[in-house]
Amino acid sequence: MKFRIEPKIQVSGKGGFIIKALLVLEDGFHLSGESFTGSGEATGEIVFNTSMTGYQEIITDPSYCGQILAMTYPLIGNYGVTDLDNESNSPQIEALLVHEYHDYYSNWRAQSSLKQFLMQYQILGVHGIDTRALTRHIRSAGAMMSILSTNTDSLDQLLFKVQSLPKFAGRDLVKDVSCKQAYSYGTNERYHVVAIDFGIKKSILDMLTAVGCRVTVVPASTKALEIMQYQPDGIFLSNGPGDPGAVPYAVTEVTKLVGKIPIFGICFGHQIIGQALGLKTYKLKFGHRGGNHPVKDLSTDHVEVSVQNHGFCLELPSPSRLRTNHLLAGLEITHINLNDNTVEGLLHSQLKCFSVQHHPEASPGPHDARYLFQRFAELMDKEKE
Amino acid sequence: MPKRLDIQKILIIGSGPIIIGQACEFDYSGSQACKTLRQEGYQVILINSNPATIMTDPDMADKTYIEPIEPAIIEQIIAKERPDALLPTLGGQTGLNAACALYKQGVLAKYNVELIGASYDAIQKTEDRMIFKEIMESIGVGVLASAHVSSVEAAEEFANHNGFPLIIRPSFTLGGAGGGVACNLEELREITHSGLTQSPSSQVLIEESVIGWKEYELEVMRDIADNVVIVCSMENVDPMGIHTGDSITVAPIQTLSDLEYQQMRNEALKIIRTIGVETGGSNIQFAVDPETGKRVVVEMNPRVSRSSALASKATGFAIAKIAAKLAIGYTLDELPNDITSKTPACFEPAIDYCVTKVPRWDFEKFYDTDVRLTTQMKSVGEVMAIGRTFKESFQKALRSLEQGRFGWGTDGQDRYSYEELTQANAADVFKEEITHYLLVPTAERIFYIRYALLIGMSIDEIYTLTGIDRWFLHNMQQILDIEIKLRSTSLTKKLLQTAKNYGFSDQQIAHIYQMDESAIRAIRQKQEIFAVFKSVDTCAAEFDAVTPYFYSTYHGEENEVVPKKTHKVMILGGGPNRIGQGIEFDYCCVQAAFALREKGSTVIMVNCNPETVSTDYDTSDTLYFEPLTLENVLEICQNEKPDGVILQFGGQTPLKLALSLEKAGINVLGTSPTAIDLAEDREKFSAIVTKLGLLQPQNGLVRSIAEAQVVAKDIGYPVLVRPSYVLGGRAMEIVYDETSLSRYMQEAVKPSPEHPILIDRFLEDSIEVDVDAVSDGSNCVIGGIMEHIERAGIHSGDSACALPPFSLSPKILNEIRRQTKLLAIEIGVVGLLNIQFAIKGEQVYLIEVNPRASRTVPFVSKSIGISLAKIATNVLLGIKLDSLGFTNEVIPPYTAVKEAVFPYIKFSGTDIILGPEMHSTGEVMGIDQDFAMAFAKSQSAAGSRLPLAGNVLLTIADKDKPLVVELATKLRELGFGLVATKGTAEYLQKQGILVDPIAKIGEGSPDIVDEVKNGRIQFIINRSLGKGPLSDGYKIRREALMEGVPIATTIEGAVAAVKGIEQVKLRGMQVKAIQEYHQAKKNDSSV
Repeated sequence: MKFRIEPKIQVSGKGGFIIKALLVLEDGFHLSGESFTGSGEATGEIVFNTSMTGYQEIITDPSYCGQILAMTYPLIGNYGVTDLDNESNSPQIEALLVHEYHDYYSNWRAQSSLKQFLMQYQILGVHGIDTRALTRHIRSAGAMMSILSTNTDSLDQLLFKVQSLPKFAGRDLVKDVSCKQAYSYGTNERYHVVAIDFGIKKSILDMLTAVGCRVTVVPASTKALEIMQYQPDGIFLSNGPGDPGAVPYAVTEVTKLVGKIPIFGICFGHQIIGQALGLKTYKLKFGHRGGNHPVKDLSTDHVEVSVQNHGFCLELPSPSRLRTNHLLAGLEITHINLNDNTVEGLLHSQLKCFSVQHHPEASPGPHDARYLFQRFAELMDKEKE
Repeated sequence: MPKRLDIQKILIIGSGPIIIGQACEFDYSGSQACKTLRQEGYQVILINSNPATIMTDPDMADKTYIEPIEPAIIEQIIAKERPDALLPTLGGQTGLNAACALYKQGVLAKYNVELIGASYDAIQKTEDRMIFKEIMESIGVGVLASAHVSSVEAAEEFANHNGFPLIIRPSFTLGGAGGGVACNLEELREITHSGLTQSPSSQVLIEESVIGWKEYELEVMRDIADNVVIVCSMENVDPMGIHTGDSITVAPIQTLSDLEYQQMRNEALKIIRTIGVETGGSNIQFAVDPETGKRVVVEMNPRVSRSSALASKATGFAIAKIAAKLAIGYTLDELPNDITSKTPACFEPAIDYCVTKVPRWDFEKFYDTDVRLTTQMKSVGEVMAIGRTFKESFQKALRSLEQGRFGWGTDGQDRYSYEELTQANAADVFKEEITHYLLVPTAERIFYIRYALLIGMSIDEIYTLTGIDRWFLHNMQQILDIEIKLRSTSLTKKLLQTAKNYGFSDQQIAHIYQMDESAIRAIRQKQEIFAVFKSVDTCAAEFDAVTPYFYSTYHGEENEVVPKKTHKVMILGGGPNRIGQGIEFDYCCVQAAFALREKGSTVIMVNCNPETVSTDYDTSDTLYFEPLTLENVLEICQNEKPDGVILQFGGQTPLKLALSLEKAGINVLGTSPTAIDLAEDREKFSAIVTKLGLLQPQNGLVRSIAEAQVVAKDIGYPVLVRPSYVLGGRAMEIVYDETSLSRYMQEAVKPSPEHPILIDRFLEDSIEVDVDAVSDGSNCVIGGIMEHIERAGIHSGDSACALPPFSLSPKILNEIRRQTKLLAIEIGVVGLLNIQFAIKGEQVYLIEVNPRASRTVPFVSKSIGISLAKIATNVLLGIKLDSLGFTNEVIPPYTAVKEAVFPYIKFSGTDIILGPEMHSTGEVMGIDQDFAMAFAKSQSAAGSRLPLAGNVLLTIADKDKPLVVELATKLRELGFGLVATKGTAEYLQKQGILVDPIAKIGEGSPDIVDEVKNGRIQFIINRSLGKGPLSDGYKIRREALMEGVPIATTIEGAVAAVKGIEQVKLRGMQVKAIQEYHQAKKNDSSV
């Protein structure tokens, strides 16, 4: 899990006066707002999430590392924050954009306000942004880098800065969020699972625990050999931030594990499995982030309302590659996204691995796909027999 | 799965008349269903007794039966049409109850009709609260301690165990009729008794109270493949204890964390699956303890509901249309999301705005009634508003209500002024009263929150008193902070922009700065502060939307509307349903939209009523979900620049904007605003009447009591008195002498120079006539002449009427025709007009002219088989009646009777006697070859089916006694027993009629009321035994209402009823589709 070191914002001494903020996108599109957490500057890929609840889980999801997040739901902060809803130790986003921030929260579970939470971790939070105009722009212009600054004097300067930033694709962000040392989660005895941490969410660990797993979480750079030395019943490949094509070291190790032991991957982990089996990844125009995409389980024809958070996607193999590539031969596409027909799930029965692009652990979002953790347990059962 | 091919013909049961708890949302859902099923190639058979609906338009279904929604009648239709399936989930509780009755009676099995959408079993599981509770417990969903009881004693026992307060709900009733909250033993006894009588199964559910808990609703959809989605989540601002229909509601949920929301969602999924609603929409309500998060399920409706209409409009997800498609076998993933056209309907809408719904009440029309909001719904309509924030949508919603409010107070309509509330000792002066109004919820409570904040009460204090979540209260505090800022500083550009962001209207700002609305508008224009328009797109802008459905906001600068370059006509809708202005006007607006689209014009619809067909995104080319205020309409005009605006179909709401819109340079189509003014301004109108040599009842306008006495004396009593410029007969009264006149002026309405009072001669015993006509400026064609059944003195909206007239001579009818045409041309009417006449002897008096669509337009259109609103729309486009082929009045060879439907059962303490103040919420139509049968059908449809045997109670005032002799004789001939109070009995006995005397109230046992209660009386003819809650007449009428005994309170009504009974006994009720009547009419006219 990730700990922030460098201070990102400076808290203004006195309340009351307004701190203007300017968001500038790589293509020159810009919007202004006001900071509610102090002054500062942040850069990152600009993304939007359409979930109407769950801002805290989203903010603390390590998959958002390197991104400036805009919530499309306009009223944010309403129910405060609570330690119980954290997906990692701290906020993981570079900055938060909302339409109207509500410092006054009302919910029995709340421990403090979102503002206090962001300020504690020195994350820039800006409201008064026309998040709908922003979303419409991203939808048509595509994902890109952005800068958010309370130093609003020079638009040109900010534009120059944002255009000089390294591109999002191709960057390895996993090393920033993966744990530095292996640790153990839970005390179950039924299954022992090694989870490769590309930026794992706490709720995934909880879901694995709920189906009877004791989890050993290992850094993303852990070698296959080392992983097998834990003698796990199964391997879990976690979610994570950024470009799945930027971590060839992980793909290499997973390739060694495929076929030896049950493997389950979610999101980034799904993309790693896909690559290990020989598929390619590509960047979506503006990604999928929200809690309402319909995903069809092709084995049952059942549609689940899924939780999405990814900017990259696995490419469907061409028929000829399917014939010639021995790994791909037994590969099944198990789930598809009904909005755009992208791949949402893979299964290779022979190689005992399966994965999904969406987030069955939800948190936030609908719990429709949680059965997949049970499926993983069943796969491990089968292997034990 | 593909659609089912094993069924071809589907029967849809509508919801009947508009009543409290069941408004035009079911016209919206039913129309969508009819349209959808026919597009899919099915034959649709429809039954609905409500002529004011779009669904009963002859081209909406293959066969349309405007007949009473009763099992026996529906059975006839089934026998005749032999449908394969019955879709019961789109016609509200009425449709569902009728379908259940048909199932239970074995009718569906007999004719092999399959229930689609929801099975009988699933319906029973939700309707029987004990079964529902058991099922919920079995799947681990929290419920409240409750018991079903069939007696007051059992209720008391439950109270002994569980304490107070307790909630009582009768089984199988609408809108919680007969339910309530009992805080002590006395209330428990009273409410339980009332509930037991109102429940068709004589059972009530007593439940542990969760008053003050937060209330949530989820709209759930399921398909045959078990895919389930939540279409919309809603949070009630008003906590548990107030009926959802009477609560201010927001979408989506604001104060639940994701974890809590998902747990609720999981339960909703579990519930719909376990109950077994196979396909379609359901509504599930939850209550959540704000202190602990404990959650219980309150109820589930296994059908499309009022909340579904709201959810549809709030999200853009077409619930009814999709529900209809799911019922015929499609699955959610096979259906496209209309808004994006590319993504499937198997998703959960993401919204990026805040929706606020506010109910509309009409308590002022029901004196003596309990105005507290309880678990029994009392609102007659609702409005919805969309904004980017709660504050914006909340204020927009309040100014959509058409009650003279322009937002959350500070609009000149507040009960206490800002200065009063902010004076040094304001808390001492007002706190007690304000506290009371916070604690006891009424329609005004929301404004009392502002008063409370102004006198310095804290959010916590207000929360404790109201149970309204602090988050909402804090938002209100923020609105107030801006108001205070506006009051204390000058209007800078920044402040003005902030005020607009916070939802303040120009009117409110103008009120604060004591300026004109137009001045604020001018300032805004100078500073370029304009509303922008954003889309309702189901996906928070993630995908491109193809359906133009917009709302205005002052947040942001991006305007998403790209005005079309075509010929554009804007229609202003009618706003919320209320007494005096209901679904009839929405019908006209929708007809206009259809007509315009047929002509190739682009239709822009503006309305704020989520229950309507007009706000269906399918109805128009561009939909603006906006308040119908001058400010909002002008902002849209500025954006769209329409070629013309139609005002005459939305009732009084848009009409009142006529002059201002014209002044702003907007092209008002049809009758010019000046001509409208001519008809509405008394003095100008009188001049026309004199010029044309027509007759008006003598009248005068008075500004003081003294003046009134002089004028009334001059005119001669009785006189009709009313405030000038009122709708639906507000505060209108007939006074018979000077004492009553003075009392009226002292107690009801005080005349003043600014608020004069109108005094008209009251034409006692005259016959009232309504005429609807269309004029193109040079030619006027009558649509229909309707003769009222009740005599003058009863509001035309509350009277029953017949088309064609049943007693008027050709000479009088011709005179009515002549006058109608004369007036239409003289005033310069282009489009629809409605005229009311009173016939006294051979004299035809002109009562009023309304140069707009009237309440009777749909009734006339259904009766004659021609859509008057469509004809009128063409006229508005400049097409002459000649070229439209509408040149002659259609006189049908059958009779249609319109009967009004009243909400008295919801208003305890109200007398049901008819008068000049309108009380009805809706109407039904009876149609048959003769008047008597049509009348009988109209009574059945209105829920007071005429008896064919039994005893008739007569209580008749002396002056009317001679009038009932013939009636009584006839009733005896028809085999009825007669019962009467001493005076009436003696009088009739003297005439040789056999009558049983009965004791007056308190003069023996059993007395009249006992006999009504005991079920010995099947029909009552009550001719005013005095008014007021202590009078016998009142008690009899109230008892009849509670026991559901049909009652006639006028002699004319009684005469018509007896004729009807005779006909029904003679030949029974037969059904005939409206299309067959219209065909008969065509054949008839071709002969």
